Amino acid sequence: MTVLATEIRLDEEVPARAPWSARLSAGEELTIVDLGGNQAVDFLLFGWPDTHERYCAAETIAAQGSIFLTTGSVLLSAEATPLMTVVADECGRHDTLGGACSKESNSLRYGQHTRHQHACVENFLTAAIPYGLGKRDLVSNVNWFMNVPVEADGTLGIVDGLSRPGLSLSLRAERDVLVLVSNCPQINNPCNGFDPTPVRMVVSAP
Amino acid sequence: MSTATTHGARAHARAQAGTVVSTMATIPASAWPEPPDGVDAADLTWAEVVAPGGYATKVISAGTTLRLTDSEGEACAHLLLYNADQTWERLNVADSVKVPWQAYMTTGHPLLSDQGRALATLVADSTDSHHDALCGAAPEAVHAARYGAGGPWSETPAARELFKLAGAKHDLGVRDLAPSISFFKRVRVAADGGFAVSLAAQAGGSVALRAELPLLVLVVNAPHRLDERREYTCGPLELLAWRGEPTHPDDPLFSATPEAQRALWNSYDYATARGIRR
Repeated sequence: MTVLATEIRLDEEVPARAPWSARLSAGEELTIVDLGGNQAVDFLLFGWPDTHERYCAAETIAAQGSIFLTTGSVLLSAEATPLMTVVADECGRHDTLGGACSKESNSLRYGQHTRHQHACVENFLTAAIPYGLGKRDLVSNVNWFMNVPVEADGTLGIVDGLSRPGLSLSLRAERDVLVLVSNCPQINNPCNGFDPTPVRMVVSAP
Repeated sequence: MSTATTHGARAHARAQAGTVVSTMATIPASAWPEPPDGVDAADLTWAEVVAPGGYATKVISAGTTLRLTDSEGEACAHLLLYNADQTWERLNVADSVKVPWQAYMTTGHPLLSDQGRALATLVADSTDSHHDALCGAAPEAVHAARYGAGGPWSETPAARELFKLAGAKHDLGVRDLAPSISFFKRVRVAADGGFAVSLAAQAGGSVALRAELPLLVLVVNAPHRLDERREYTCGPLELLAWRGEPTHPDDPLFSATPEAQRALWNSYDYATARGIRR
């Protein structure tokens, strides 16, 4: 783990399958540590308190000209406002296309027998409600440590991850933000190595 | 004609009736002069040519086919879909590429909501997937940098600004504007994650989608996010819709993939419980 800023304000372990949220002030950094390796961390980002500004996957990848996030990537709102910047990345690339698993999409991807399983949208909603946010506020999210290649013929999918135990990435808040996280509980594809594990969240101030 | 009095102003206004321009709605739609082959003019429910830098909206019933045509080869049709019964259920672009295991939309591709249902199915595509599900709608700031302005009042309106107005006509706000898809500009992803964009014109190219549920449709006609030409380049977009039935379980498209099949069954399940399909 590389924590670039100096003063640690918050250091928490998010249990496997659990939601998490935090507000960061402009200039603060969030470091996410993939403790067990290949653990997808689903991530939504809002301006605070003006939450109508929120991470936009389409504008972020269009502006940087690539579907993958890594050091230097700026997470943008739909109005092209910078919300956070990736300032360190030990993994190499992260997903912007796959979105969040949900009970409903599980029913499509794996069959109706998986609809009852816990899913990222449940975590996002759980994390969003205390801030006065809800379903209408959920948009396409980032998946840290998740590997989604696109083949030449357009085939895309979640494949075995590139991460390892202990790898981390750090994000700097470019303005006051709200971060919502789902420590992904998916067990039907390789995004968590079929074994969801805890992740560590460190918020530090410069 | 004097407009100094109410009577004169009324006569002046009424004298404008019947004016025909190249970009306008035909009302009633059944008056559209060229119904598609096999479609009875009486079944037309939407006929409109959207101007460059314009938008259009409509609530359409389940089973409606909506055809979008790039008449002159310079349109870019941005699309957002909502369940007309409950607009919090809307097009989910991530699920619409992840679930079918396919980023490049063409005939047979389901357009999925966040509720595991097919909102629509692409039923025809003359363009060999000359489309984009990834790059969304350009914000005003991008147009301001590229053309000098991007507001809806300007000569160079940005797609997202037009979506804001299109949504507002149905009491939707920015919370309701998730990433959109677009037709007629082709985006491909390289192995390193970068984009290859093709703006190559295909005059007369068309794509058609079938509504699987009652839909609120927002369509914006404005340059693609990655269209970096110095001139604001956009052509007319023809919209034509006609009555029909949602994809039937016996239709080959219903079972084209196991994922699309389950999405269509989920839509069927919703529509039968809702009482809008038997």
